[in-house]
Amino acid sequence: MNGVGFPLLSLVTWLPLVGGAVILSLRGDEAAVAANARWTALWTSLAVFVFSILLWVDFDPANPGFQFVESHAWMPQWGMTYKLGVDGISVLFVLLATLLTPICILASWESIKSRVREYMLSFMVLETMMVGMFCALDFVVFYVFFEGVLIPMYLIIGVWGGPRRVYAALKFFLYTLAGSVLMMLALIAMWHVAGTTDIEVLLHTTFPASMQIWLFLAFLASFAVKVPMWPVHTWLPDAHVEAPTAGSVILAGVLLKMGAYGFLRFSVPMLPQASATLAPLMFALAVIAVVYTSCVALAQTDMKKLIAYSSVAHMGIVVIGIFSINEQGISGALFQMLSHGIVASSLFLCVGVVYDRMHTREIARYGGLGDRMPKYAFVFLLFTYASMGLPGTAGFVGEFLVLVGAMKINFWLALTGSLGMILGACYMLWLYRRIIFGTITRAELKAMLDLSPREMLVFAPLIVMTIWMGVYPSAFSGFWDASVSAMVAHHQAALASPVHLAELVAGVLR
Amino acid sequence: MNWTVALPEIVLALCGLAILLVGVLRRDNAFTLCSMLTIGAFLIAAVTIIAAPQGAGYHGLYVADAFSGYVKLLILAASALGVIATLDYAGHEALRRFEFPVLMLFSTLGGMVMASAVNLMSLYIGLELLSLAIYVLAAFARDTLRSAEAGLKYFVLGSLASGLLLYGASLVYGFGGTMDFARLAGELGTPVAASPGLIVGMIFVVVGLAFKISIVPFHMWTPDVYEGAPTPVTAFLATAPKVAGLALLLRVLVVPFGHLLADWQQVIVLVSILSMLLGSFAAIAQSNIKRLMAYSSIGHMGYALVGLAAGTPEGVRGSLIYILTYVFMNAGAFACILCMRRQGRALERIADLGGLGRTDPALALAMAIFMFSMAGIPPFAGFWGKYFVFTAAVGAGLWTLAILGVLTSVLGAYYYIRIVKVMYFDEAEPAFDRRPGSLSFAAAVTALFVTFFVVVPAPFVAAAEAAARAICW
Repeated sequence: MNGVGFPLLSLVTWLPLVGGAVILSLRGDEAAVAANARWTALWTSLAVFVFSILLWVDFDPANPGFQFVESHAWMPQWGMTYKLGVDGISVLFVLLATLLTPICILASWESIKSRVREYMLSFMVLETMMVGMFCALDFVVFYVFFEGVLIPMYLIIGVWGGPRRVYAALKFFLYTLAGSVLMMLALIAMWHVAGTTDIEVLLHTTFPASMQIWLFLAFLASFAVKVPMWPVHTWLPDAHVEAPTAGSVILAGVLLKMGAYGFLRFSVPMLPQASATLAPLMFALAVIAVVYTSCVALAQTDMKKLIAYSSVAHMGIVVIGIFSINEQGISGALFQMLSHGIVASSLFLCVGVVYDRMHTREIARYGGLGDRMPKYAFVFLLFTYASMGLPGTAGFVGEFLVLVGAMKINFWLALTGSLGMILGACYMLWLYRRIIFGTITRAELKAMLDLSPREMLVFAPLIVMTIWMGVYPSAFSGFWDASVSAMVAHHQAALASPVHLAELVAGVLR
Repeated sequence: MNWTVALPEIVLALCGLAILLVGVLRRDNAFTLCSMLTIGAFLIAAVTIIAAPQGAGYHGLYVADAFSGYVKLLILAASALGVIATLDYAGHEALRRFEFPVLMLFSTLGGMVMASAVNLMSLYIGLELLSLAIYVLAAFARDTLRSAEAGLKYFVLGSLASGLLLYGASLVYGFGGTMDFARLAGELGTPVAASPGLIVGMIFVVVGLAFKISIVPFHMWTPDVYEGAPTPVTAFLATAPKVAGLALLLRVLVVPFGHLLADWQQVIVLVSILSMLLGSFAAIAQSNIKRLMAYSSIGHMGYALVGLAAGTPEGVRGSLIYILTYVFMNAGAFACILCMRRQGRALERIADLGGLGRTDPALALAMAIFMFSMAGIPPFAGFWGKYFVFTAAVGAGLWTLAILGVLTSVLGAYYYIRIVKVMYFDEAEPAFDRRPGSLSFAAAVTALFVTFFVVVPAPFVAAAEAAARAICW
């Protein structure tokens, strides 16, 4: 049981939905409803964040197992339980989701003008789904949340998005769904072997080696779309470009982590043989993603698209880290996921700031903003550095650890992976130069105002996080060290024992 | 002889006759009264099903078991929703005739007989009672060309299917020597005993039933009849008869022909795949929402058959859960479609839903829930139907079927979420007329069921499991 004496994870998961119900029941004229919806959403998400701080405080980093576990009968005869819990791998992602949601709501305070009630409702539902997904300790519960994310996100992109929002929303929905349904079959197959969908049990179930390959591929279909990995990443630039700022923030900050989290929660620990066998494939896809999408990012003329492609490249680094399956690699991948969650979100917010003023994301339409917006220039610079992986910022630690982990596997892997960092510096610095430096040539840019107090409030926690993670990384990596060591040890033990063949035969004979 | 096993049907039949009398004697405005009485009769029948004893009776023609109970309750729920759907519609279209609910009642009665039939004879009687009432219902708006055409089309093709079924039944009788399901199963205990004639007969029976639940390649009538029939009839047609037909198909293939699994499994796998594919592809191009629902129902029947194709108790359970979720989301979606009305005129184009998210947020929300559910997106009920049928398919090792099934469900999701797109992303069309209370009620009840199924699925799954165990041994 958990240390707080009440079902904390259920509270954090379902509280946003309660806020959503309140928003749904608001009555009055449109302006009043909009204002009330904004405040309800903000206070709800802040309350959720405060509760989730308890996770940070009460989490025991020395314990590699699951904590705050709750379990209720759901469909016991068919091996399904409503079971929640977090371990070192998932706990910080819960916090990431609960931190980013109020920031998103603040960021859309003024930019969303139409159908505010529905917008805030979508965000509340989305928060429930995201948090639930990271907390789920039952595969079916996980799947429900994993897929459920599609519904609010589809609406957020499609209703409040840009000109090609319908295309982007449909593409996002169908790509992700196509991957997920194959995972459902894998889930069912695992249930037939284990008789339960409890993740804790599945983690210690040995699946036959031939089956592992198929399960791994089914998971790959689902998670690769979410990560996204080359060549199924094409939905991401579209979705990012068309989504409203807050939608991009959540997409980059949390939704992209769902795929990598899936690899860490299911593929690697549950399917050790397949992970080891297919690691070269994963490395190949990830390296292509890093190099190719970085080059594509160089060629972009749209700010959001550039950052979207950089996300694909950064997530490629994460995949390299995960499948190097050593402590440095996985730890670095987790760190990179967290830092990317903060940094990419911040970059999208930076784009949102100028987009709210100019209503264009064309890089060529900007230039010389440093003169008029010094505070903005500073904030943008910080996150540009963090995205490049400059030491002292959040981005450095993760990439460094991943490259150390990759170096243990193969020198060339580490070398090509590090190309991503070099190219990252190229496109980020070039982007920064084109937007901030130079002289103002356009009359309309001269009228632009610097960051408003509300915008400063949005950026403040993200700046703190970026620097905190950069200068004192063990405050974060301490959470998962025990879990990652246990996972790596378990993986090596599974590979060392000859496929548990004897046990398997004995089981059949019995 | 244990006559009480048919008590629910007897009660319902007597109620139907009484309501008919009421309608005839009260000449003025008996429609609403008869509708209410019909819903009341359904309730009484439902209570009797729960209370009545189980067992076999009528010299092995008839049985009341967990399977028939589950199916009958579902049919009654579907029919009650169907009657509620007509309440407002009939007033608009000058169809306020008391025969309307009474015909639905007798059709329901036929469905209930089908659910209990354990003999080819009682099977046929039930099926014909169900069908004849629906032929009349489909042509009920006899002054409109489309409705008359739909009725005629359904009648001609339905009679053909009945003929095929009857022919199959006679072949089975001729080669098997009995019409009783249990004895047929005994005769066929060794698959070698099955003569080719008997297998041909079985195939004919399957074809007849396949027509009733409109699975490919016996689906041709569906889009036209769905489009032409009065919308509440379409709503009824898409739910109660499908439940009855599927239930009968399950029982016929599992009980008397259970030992011929190897022979019929490939057929069911094939028609299931074809139905899922056609349901997904053909619906994409539709602009009429009733036609879209027709193709969607073809697809859904394909998914329901995935469970049967497994040929295991697990598979029968999956099919039963699937049809349960199907009934509720389909009835709900039709309740929403029936709300599509401007200045009293019924609308059928998908484009008419444009901007519904602004003009009527509650209706749009309900419709969106049904569409996401039909697409199989969790946490809605539709996902659980798919989950349990695919569990069975995977358990039986039917990987091709399972993989094709989930992939076509992605294709299907395209047109379902396209409706969500029209409602939420498109420019607003003029608002619909005020929603009548009856339809709001039907939509709300079904939407709540579809949404909250995930919270307490266990009792429903347990009921389906008990039903499946009752026919599989």
